[in-house]
Amino acid sequence: MELLRLLEENARLSLEQLAAMTGETKEAVAAQLDQYERDGVIRSYTALIDWEKTGRNYVSALIELKVTPKRDYGFEEIARTVMDFPEVETVYLMSGGYDLMLIVSGETFRDIALFVAHRLSPLESVLSTATHFVLRRYKERGVVICGDGEDDEREELL
Amino acid sequence: MDYDRLLSQQVRALQPSGIRRFFDIAAEMEHVISLGVGEPDFKTPFTIRQAGIHSLERGKTWYTANAGLPELKTEITNYLRRRFTLEYDPKKEVVVTVGGSEAIDLCIRALIDPGDEVLVPEPCFVAYAPIAQLTHARVVPIATKEEDEFRLTAKALREHITPRTKLLIFPYPNNPTGAVMGRKDLEEIAAVLRETNVCVLSDEIYAELTYGGEKHVSIASIDGMHERTVLVGGFSKAYAMTGWRLGYVCAPAPITKQMLKIHQYAIMCSPTTSQYAGIVALRECDEEIEKMAKEYDMRRRLCIDGFNRIGLHCFPARGTFYVFPSIRSTGMSSEEFCQKLLYAKQVAVVPGSAFGAAGEGYIRVSYSYSVNHLVTALARIEEFLNELRAGKHE
Repeated sequence: MELLRLLEENARLSLEQLAAMTGETKEAVAAQLDQYERDGVIRSYTALIDWEKTGRNYVSALIELKVTPKRDYGFEEIARTVMDFPEVETVYLMSGGYDLMLIVSGETFRDIALFVAHRLSPLESVLSTATHFVLRRYKERGVVICGDGEDDEREELL
Repeated sequence: MDYDRLLSQQVRALQPSGIRRFFDIAAEMEHVISLGVGEPDFKTPFTIRQAGIHSLERGKTWYTANAGLPELKTEITNYLRRRFTLEYDPKKEVVVTVGGSEAIDLCIRALIDPGDEVLVPEPCFVAYAPIAQLTHARVVPIATKEEDEFRLTAKALREHITPRTKLLIFPYPNNPTGAVMGRKDLEEIAAVLRETNVCVLSDEIYAELTYGGEKHVSIASIDGMHERTVLVGGFSKAYAMTGWRLGYVCAPAPITKQMLKIHQYAIMCSPTTSQYAGIVALRECDEEIEKMAKEYDMRRRLCIDGFNRIGLHCFPARGTFYVFPSIRSTGMSSEEFCQKLLYAKQVAVVPGSAFGAAGEGYIRVSYSYSVNHLVTALARIEEFLNELRAGKHE
């Protein structure tokens, strides 16, 4: 678990560093990581990017989806259908006021509007959509991404 | 005004802290990664902060008794019994202070007359010698060595004791080396001291931060040492409460009685809000301490391994949140190394020489930072070393 927690915070830690921190050998860490990857515990090693600091036009929106579940398949079928759209970054089945939550991205607000109007809404089991555009990202996956992160206010005194 | 004549010669003779000077330079530069600070990066645990707020909401804003809230003193003695098997009378043997720093000041001022000798094992925290100098003591450094794992040896101690020796500063777990003294080491020191009238100022501010299985042992718990030990403790490092300025000093009643007078006249009492928060810290936060200590331990191992790997031999420190790698292999002095590293790679570490002559050839690295911060800093230091080997930065 320790290993996973460390990697979740920084996937670029080397085997040597992970071994030192967990008190294991490098070989044992490598074997454990292999196992995690094979078992699908570790799904991917990705970078968290602040696109606002790049030249890329990037907007995203959170979409609430109400759907009719299919007999025998429940929400599975519609979830798999929307998941296949390249614009869709995230799909969750939710409790509460709606069924599926999507995070969708594109280059402009219009891209997303068109995606909702032309691709999402027409789907047979979709009853309604509510689109909320993301205005600013403060923190994502545990990482502060507004400004330069939390300032270290500590001072060297003595 | 002729300030030269006005100001105390004794105070004017004090050297400003070497660390401070260095970090003033760093503060002017951009994108500096510091490994310098001497305080936890954790915030004070939430329940403790709440306790402070709650005391304010109830309007607890008056002075407390000089020695501190009776309830806090009782909790301090319970804590010391629970974690270090120490026995103190909360009514007569405890004074709540403004951080461990005030406790050090009280102890030195209560014991020292002009000309008394104060033994200071070095490298160590920079405050002991200046405070002793203010009391006109003769400060006698005892160099500790890496080959002894920076522990004070009985032999070195015996060699430095004279009829004028009054106080031994005993700073373990040690800032800056990370050295700890185990039970066996303490027995040997105690065997020397028991035959003397020398008192020990045991600065145990880092007592909760020891790693690798063996828990901290207080010298006051060794046979015959209780009566000759002044124990300094505090909330800053263990509970991440530096800004609350809360510490304590425990000692036999005849010593506490004198220290209390100084505290009474100079300070009155420790901050009331902090005292109420301290009660909750001691009562409810053993688990929080251990969680933080576990996190430090991981970073400690990362740093020791990292420095050894990049070619700076690093002694396996088992306490505090500092490591003390040797920079001898570079052929530079500590000061020179730190300055070049700062200018070349914008990494700020503290020269070992700031902690006494025995620290020359080393640097102090604080790992009170996130893993990512440490990894970045290590990578920059590695680059610096590679460039040195390639003949750059001559």
